[in-house]
Amino acid sequence: MEKFKIENLDLYYGNFQALKNINLNLEANKITAFIGPSGCGKSTLLKSLNRMNDLVEGCSITGNVLLDGEDIYGDMDVNHLRKRVGMVFQKANPFPMSIYDNIAFGPRTHGVRGKARLNEIVEKSLRDAAIWDEVKDRLKKSALGLSGGQQQRLCIARALAVDPEVILLDEPTSALDPISTSKIEDLLLSLKNNYTIIIVTHNMQQAGRVSDKTAFFLLGEVVEFDDTLKIFNNPSERRTEDYITGRFG
Amino acid sequence: MKQRVLELVFRILFLIAALASILAVILICIFLFANGFPPMAEIGVFDFLFGMDWSPVDVPPSFGIFPMIVGSLYVTAGAIIIGVPIGILTAVFMAKFCPKRLYRPLKPAVELLAGIPSIVYGFFGMVVLVPLVRELFDSKGASILTASILLGIMILPTIIGVSESAIRAVPNSYYEGALALGASHERSVFFVMLPAAKSGIMAGIVLGIGRAIGETMAVMMVAGNQARMPDSILEGVRTLTANIVMEMGYAADLHREALIATAVVLFVFILIINLCFSLLKRRMK
Repeated sequence: MEKFKIENLDLYYGNFQALKNINLNLEANKITAFIGPSGCGKSTLLKSLNRMNDLVEGCSITGNVLLDGEDIYGDMDVNHLRKRVGMVFQKANPFPMSIYDNIAFGPRTHGVRGKARLNEIVEKSLRDAAIWDEVKDRLKKSALGLSGGQQQRLCIARALAVDPEVILLDEPTSALDPISTSKIEDLLLSLKNNYTIIIVTHNMQQAGRVSDKTAFFLLGEVVEFDDTLKIFNNPSERRTEDYITGRFG
Repeated sequence: MKQRVLELVFRILFLIAALASILAVILICIFLFANGFPPMAEIGVFDFLFGMDWSPVDVPPSFGIFPMIVGSLYVTAGAIIIGVPIGILTAVFMAKFCPKRLYRPLKPAVELLAGIPSIVYGFFGMVVLVPLVRELFDSKGASILTASILLGIMILPTIIGVSESAIRAVPNSYYEGALALGASHERSVFFVMLPAAKSGIMAGIVLGIGRAIGETMAVMMVAGNQARMPDSILEGVRTLTANIVMEMGYAADLHREALIATAVVLFVFILIINLCFSLLKRRMK
């Protein structure tokens, strides 16, 4: 079943065309990886899926992005869209408040009141993000005291707390050590049954390890989109093979 | 060789320039404390600080500055109550809501507010605020309330300037993080950005307090200046600063020295405020 359907998407930053005629169907309960060299448009496409590109001045879009058949650039309320489509950023960005308040911020935003209910959401989100055991005794302490890897898992927990349908991850492990990275990869695999996950990564091995589908981007175009196994073992396009084998990029 | 001498000369020149301001502070401290403590001891520290009666020319004279301490605290607190909410909201607006076209005239306007001489503020207070308060509350007009409003306006540029830069210094990633959770622009600004800028904003408030408590001219022109305990905010009050400037011209002997001691009290207030400020600034980093 497809979650996101992207049709004829063109995206411009001012006069520069960053995405050219993108057509992709992103499936539910799968992990899709976007790979490609820097500046190829993969992060840009990711940000158009929850309209974080709206913040970029001079950004304009033509074409359709459908979430469960509904155009997200149409009548859909952008805050509601972002509740349904959560995002984890390249650099972990916990708010400068307690661990508890970080997680509770989202639910509170969407009207969840009541201590018992919030406690429950906080615990569940932290458990789902595999960080509960590390922080359960310091929930009231500042989130900024956590290590980089813990902060990133906290951000994933924060995204889970608003009960999203899709989670977008923009190079979530690029600033982390290998151990933290593998923890987050395991986490993503455990989450995919309940969420649709889209991850931008520079790390070929990571894409190979975690994703079901892979899209290879080059100069604002999708060169190839297929099962990850196929992309890595038997790509149809010469350019994909060159990139994956490290001949450029 | 010549160049090296020149370099040395300039280095000494810069050193002297740097020392000048330090020297000034040290001299002021020495002058104040050397001249302020003896009369305090003569009057009695307790009688001076907590005495209710300020009658410097009576026989025997009485030098109690408690009404003035209270007066300074009242008008400063009033200025904070009026100036802080307006200032912070203005800063939030300028940093996060203001369209660019409006920002261009707004920013210099706020800066201009800081450059207006206090005597001009005083005139504005006398001509506009005093009659207004007199009409609205059917009172004397020159009062704690009037002084608070005027001071509240005067500390706006300090609070707005410091708060705005504090809000701007908050990393944009916090804002994006909040938006990505489905929070609206307003919620992201007020519940994530603003708390993150807390210590910077506090620093702005502390600076504002310093400005308010030290203000003399404008307050004197609208506060009524009665040296007694006020019963309500519609009554006149005399601040520490006003007390000094009003009587210094004709005061002599112990009276004159008591005024210097009043300045010591004011100076201690300012020292405490500055201490708070630097503590906050350290926490900000």
